[in-house]
Amino acid sequence: MKNSLRLLALLMVAGTLPAHAALKVLATTPDWGALTQELGGEHVNVYVATTALQDVHRVEAKPSLVARARSADLVVATGAELEVGWLPVLIQESGNSRIQPGAAGYFEAASALKLLEVPSKLDRAMGDIHPLGNPHVQLDPHNIAIVAHALTAKLSVLEPAQAAYYAARGKDFDARWSEAIQRWETKAAPLKGVSVVIMHRDQAYLCHWLGLNEVASIEPKPGVPPTASYLGQLVNKLAGTPPKLILLNAYNDAKPANWLSERVHAPAVVLPFSVGGSPEAKDLFGLFDDTLNKLLAAK
Amino acid sequence: MLSFRPMAALLALALMPVVAGAADDVGALRAELQALKTEYGARVDALEARIQQLEAAPAVPAPEPVPETPAPKSSGGASAFNPAISLILGGSYTSTSRDPGDWNIAGFPPSGGEVGPGERSFNLGESELTFAANIDPYFSGVLTAAITGENEIEVEEAFVRTTALPDGFTGKMGRFFSGFGYLNEVHAHAWDFVDQPLVYQAMFGGQSRQDGVQVKWLAPTDLFIELGAEAGNGDSYPATRGAGNGLNAAALFAHVGGDVGDNTSWRAGLSWIDSQAEDRAGGIADASGNPLFESFTGDAHTWVVDGVIKWAPSPRRQLKVQGEYLHREESGEIADATGLLLADDYLNRQSGWYLQSVYQFTPRWRVGARYDSLDSGTPHYTLAPDGLLSASPDRVSLMLDWNPSEFSRLRAQYDWDDARDDGDTDRILRLQYLYGIGAHGAHKY
Repeated sequence: MKNSLRLLALLMVAGTLPAHAALKVLATTPDWGALTQELGGEHVNVYVATTALQDVHRVEAKPSLVARARSADLVVATGAELEVGWLPVLIQESGNSRIQPGAAGYFEAASALKLLEVPSKLDRAMGDIHPLGNPHVQLDPHNIAIVAHALTAKLSVLEPAQAAYYAARGKDFDARWSEAIQRWETKAAPLKGVSVVIMHRDQAYLCHWLGLNEVASIEPKPGVPPTASYLGQLVNKLAGTPPKLILLNAYNDAKPANWLSERVHAPAVVLPFSVGGSPEAKDLFGLFDDTLNKLLAAK
Repeated sequence: MLSFRPMAALLALALMPVVAGAADDVGALRAELQALKTEYGARVDALEARIQQLEAAPAVPAPEPVPETPAPKSSGGASAFNPAISLILGGSYTSTSRDPGDWNIAGFPPSGGEVGPGERSFNLGESELTFAANIDPYFSGVLTAAITGENEIEVEEAFVRTTALPDGFTGKMGRFFSGFGYLNEVHAHAWDFVDQPLVYQAMFGGQSRQDGVQVKWLAPTDLFIELGAEAGNGDSYPATRGAGNGLNAAALFAHVGGDVGDNTSWRAGLSWIDSQAEDRAGGIADASGNPLFESFTGDAHTWVVDGVIKWAPSPRRQLKVQGEYLHREESGEIADATGLLLADDYLNRQSGWYLQSVYQFTPRWRVGARYDSLDSGTPHYTLAPDGLLSASPDRVSLMLDWNPSEFSRLRAQYDWDDARDDGDTDRILRLQYLYGIGAHGAHKY
């Protein structure tokens, strides 16, 4: 009796202290999911809340996500209010004190970055503006490098015993990423100054990084779909200085871009935007390889 | 450069409160030190990589910085910790083919809530004002006040919620919408139709509020499993607030949910509500309109089965189907208008359900249909008149709404309303507007 009790106690202790438990990570977008996987390797178990074919502004706090938030050791979010419509509810409903904002298990990529387009005036008459700046940061690879450092530090804080492992992986990723950035920037040289029409402000960081010349936006205001009359005006405006390319993302409605493409005789290029947004964008490296290939092919 | 790491380690050691002693502490310190080393190591490596990168002189000059406006500074001082404030403005125009004054749900005692189509012509809806913020590291608080068109202020919800309980527990106390079923917790501005389904109007007077406490537990599983229990003072129909120290309302609920593929999500639930009434005014009339009784004292047990499924084939389209079935059994004493006991073995089983579907076919437009059906049952008690008939009120509703942005909605709804179950359908047209200003609200599933 005594022995079996002791055994039971031992089993219970063993049950609560698994020899090698991976950190459970809930990433809000496929890009942060991919980055966490790169940095955490076998020590993380990543669940991604959205796909590249979803609009991250409009995601629902669905039961499956609440369940994942409940067990998560770490939430990796973009921040800057990108996920304001659903992440606060997930965290609130999760009953998980470890991932509350401010707790060790909450990570925001944007807080490590300098954001573009911080509005000087806040008024919803201007459309869906983000008060803290443009949160669609992932299409500038330099941002990924900065977030990678911050995330490596976060993983080490959460699992100090594995700090050396995370440091090694972080260093390895950084080396491969720096090499890739050089390769991409060399390759993308012909894109500098190319005039483009963008769909939404979520392409701003890509334009900024590549030095693309953004001449117009298909959305009249952020988050506001174009009307027929607005598109008509756009055609007139672009008649004198036709753009080279029209950029849209895998998740966007292609109709307005295709309509404009026919009239201004510029190809509409569908970019993956996030990991998983095209068959080639399998990971972060693939995301940038494919984005550049598509841009260069269409130019 | 290379001496940086040991320096950092020394600095870290010096800064740490060396409490000495216990081996545990030493272990923790070592771990922290290791974390610091790693962090600094990573930073140093990053800097080195940057330098190498710069030295290698990129083929493409770095893009010129985009001119930026300075970030708005968060205002300091006394207002720095102000809560998030949001305001919903709403109103409607109502046209009915029958006098809304005699609207009732046949065979059900009046629930006393905000039920029925409301008054004709233009009506100012409730202006819903919400304040919400974290209170400290352990609690957050929410107040939702409804300012009515009749110039009254009503506390819709006012509760504090725990944020730091372990193991998936969350507690709530104050006034809140009870967590049973699917629609009960949803605020009016987030409904998919102008009004609640008939079964909610008949059985809870619209929405059931709890003045009390709630505990919820979320299972640590990939399948969403939520269990909840509530106790309250009963100040919400069909309970009444008692004279004693006891609790007059309790609820237990369970919800499960998950995904099917990338595009489909679902949630289903089962709930049980216990409501105790003492001299609750309002009774049931027979077919000719004569009241059988005027007040009730006893127990109401309600079961709720609920389900919702959402299918989103693209970011711009979504189909949502939801339904709930409610069954209530009331047993106890009935009395006439003077308080004279008519029977102490009263028993009535009543039920109802609705099924509704809303389809968002473009980002801005949604169309919906809803069917409501109720079964009033018949009261059973000694000396009950013979030949009492049950009523079966029902209603068909169609809805179309236009959403220029996340913050505005214009809606038209048309009902063929047979709540009175007297063969004369009330044709109801309602046009509604709903606008939200202030903090960006996040909606529940």
